[in-house]
Amino acid sequence: MTDATLSTTGAAAPLLAADGTPLKEKLARTTRRMKMRALLLTLPLVLFLILSFVLPIGQMLYRSFNNPTGSNVMPNFAQAIKNWDANQGIPSDDLVEIFVKDMASAKKNREVGKTIGNLATRVNYEIPGSRSLFTKTARRAGKITEGPYFEALVKIDKRWDNPNVWRTLQRVTNDFTLSFYLAATDRKYDSSGAIIMADELYQIYLPILWKTIWLSALITFLCFIIAYPVSYLLSTLPLATSNLLMILVLLPFWTSLLVRTSAWIAMLQKSGIINNVLVYLDIIADESRIQMIYNITGTVVAMVHILLPFLILPLYSVMKTIPPSFMRAARSMGASNTYAFTRVYFPQTIPGIAAGTLLVFILAIGYYITPALVGGSDGLLISNLIADHIKKTLNWSLGAALGTILLVVVLLFYWIYNKLVGVDNLKFG
Amino acid sequence: MSMTEKMKTPGFIALIVATVLFLIYTGSFVGMIGFLIIFGIPYFAMNDLPAYASTKDKIGKYAFLAVCTVIFIFLILPILIIIPLSFNAEPYFTFTEGMMALDPTAYSTRWYEDIWRFGMTAPDGTENWWHDMWNNATWIRAMRNSFFLAIVSTLLATSFGTLAALGLSRPEMPYRSAITSLLISPMIVPLVITATGMFFFYGGTMQGVIPGYEKGLANTYLGLTLAHATLGVPFVIITVTATLSGFDRSLIRASEGLGANGWTTFTKVIMPLITPGMISGALFAFITSLDEVVAVIFLANVDQRTIPRQMFSGLREQISPTILAVATILVIMSILLLTTVELLRRRSERLRGLSPG
Repeated sequence: MTDATLSTTGAAAPLLAADGTPLKEKLARTTRRMKMRALLLTLPLVLFLILSFVLPIGQMLYRSFNNPTGSNVMPNFAQAIKNWDANQGIPSDDLVEIFVKDMASAKKNREVGKTIGNLATRVNYEIPGSRSLFTKTARRAGKITEGPYFEALVKIDKRWDNPNVWRTLQRVTNDFTLSFYLAATDRKYDSSGAIIMADELYQIYLPILWKTIWLSALITFLCFIIAYPVSYLLSTLPLATSNLLMILVLLPFWTSLLVRTSAWIAMLQKSGIINNVLVYLDIIADESRIQMIYNITGTVVAMVHILLPFLILPLYSVMKTIPPSFMRAARSMGASNTYAFTRVYFPQTIPGIAAGTLLVFILAIGYYITPALVGGSDGLLISNLIADHIKKTLNWSLGAALGTILLVVVLLFYWIYNKLVGVDNLKFG
Repeated sequence: MSMTEKMKTPGFIALIVATVLFLIYTGSFVGMIGFLIIFGIPYFAMNDLPAYASTKDKIGKYAFLAVCTVIFIFLILPILIIIPLSFNAEPYFTFTEGMMALDPTAYSTRWYEDIWRFGMTAPDGTENWWHDMWNNATWIRAMRNSFFLAIVSTLLATSFGTLAALGLSRPEMPYRSAITSLLISPMIVPLVITATGMFFFYGGTMQGVIPGYEKGLANTYLGLTLAHATLGVPFVIITVTATLSGFDRSLIRASEGLGANGWTTFTKVIMPLITPGMISGALFAFITSLDEVVAVIFLANVDQRTIPRQMFSGLREQISPTILAVATILVIMSILLLTTVELLRRRSERLRGLSPG
């Protein structure tokens, strides 16, 4: 029954349910209850994911623009310098006095995250080579007992005379900072506080980000080229044969990533199987074996192999729904093979192509394990840099900023996927 | 039939001649066999061309089949090749000359023995040998960790996931696409980002929150289990909602109409129909956890290393064929899992009356 019929009859005499309430109201109440019941079923998982997944990632995002090291180490100075005008160049002696006292008390602090070492590292990200300035000054700060404090500091190290140091200190003691995003996009503050690009030689992250994007695009394209004929073949074969051949696609899909990566090491390395076969067939000489792994080639080959099933499966399921009679009809009406394919068959496979390529691209752009194992130094992707900052250099905020940038790119493509394909249509096999 | 028979004979002769020419040209027997496989398989798959197909059609179809054969070889060869390689007697990742000549002494099972011997304090000792192996052998410990994590996280992901999928597949579900996007996102968000977030959150923020875990959840089995369950959820959701999408909802009404209460309907009508999908989802979650390494790299200590984590460091530090022996075992396990999932899928389709097979 539609709303229209309900309201027309309701105008005369409202339809009543068995218990005397108007039917419309009762219906609305029941629908609401059913909606609540459906929502309640998903609630445990949603809560679980919020705790184990959404909050951790949210906290990482927060960390990328919030770094409290400066205010943790020097709480009083951080308060005092907040409203200072950096264009004055050198702060007043009162401010310097607070700085010196904070320095002296921080020297005694042993708490993790609140030591002079932490501050020195933090400032060092902004002014490379400034570490010693802080460790040295902190050692002697306790001995400065009376003013003028600024002259005393300059006596310890001439670099305190540089307005840029104070400008940077003001930035560093502010918890909210954009410097890690600047660093992640190869930018920095110059000595007057303006944002400039880093020298060409020191640009690391943007080139790697672009490389990640174009390598993912290349991998997606290669997967597409390889997956299209195979999916077509699988969709046209009789069911028994295609089920059998499908095993060749599904077995790699079910096989561990590490197994497939080690298999490609065995295949591609210098004394590996492909080189051996080429030498055996006299195509290349024994001493000129090809370097196919620990570089971009290794990353691309292994990743294409690993991601291929994610394209074959959606393509196959779309192609299976296209009746073969369409192609035959086109041919019988005089279309050439090519014309029938490009105008009749191909357009119908576009939903499958969109679903598969977007998924492969999304998965490729965040890949970590395979590039780390077979990528050498020039096959590394942005994920590897993030992991390095989190696990090795311990510049967590920079790692978080890079991660946020990657996450934004991935979520953008996920949104497009959702609009074009819809997550409900994601299927395996 | 007779037309295709007639077409086959000259083609077959051409194939043999081409193979022999290839042998003479390269002087390689192995190459000849490869040539025969790549061009022979399409030849035998050529029988469904209609009689009016022109020569151009035939060549096109033949080339297409040859390309597909090469792609299938590309897909499956790397996985199959590690099986013979794991029986290498030498510590290399490649076929030795002895192996190529099928010399029995060039093959050995020493890398399989290495799985339980590596890391033992006295691999040849007799006293407490089992105890030593169970507790000290590196790979055995990795396997124990892997299976423990996989089983517990699968149970978590499957129970929560099935419940949520039941809600999502109801027609009256509000905010369906937003909630589905959220539940699928652990599969989409790059693992490094997820692992980084968990590394900070579990290791730092969770300190002192859960009684008994004062130092946080990093380096604990609880943290790893939560991480793996999170990563397994999308697979359960996808598989179970796919099963439920073909679910005939009038069965529920029929059951209720016949007087069954909600619980009886669930256990007697819904459960039997979605069980195959649930098991497939659980197997997906299981294999995801078993294969997961990024979260383990970020969250686990040395004692909690899993199989893939051990392989990861093995491939980075000292490459030994033990990795290939473990890989072979994993391949056999994937074959078993794949078979189970395929059988379940067919059973589920048969139950829902979608396909005759």
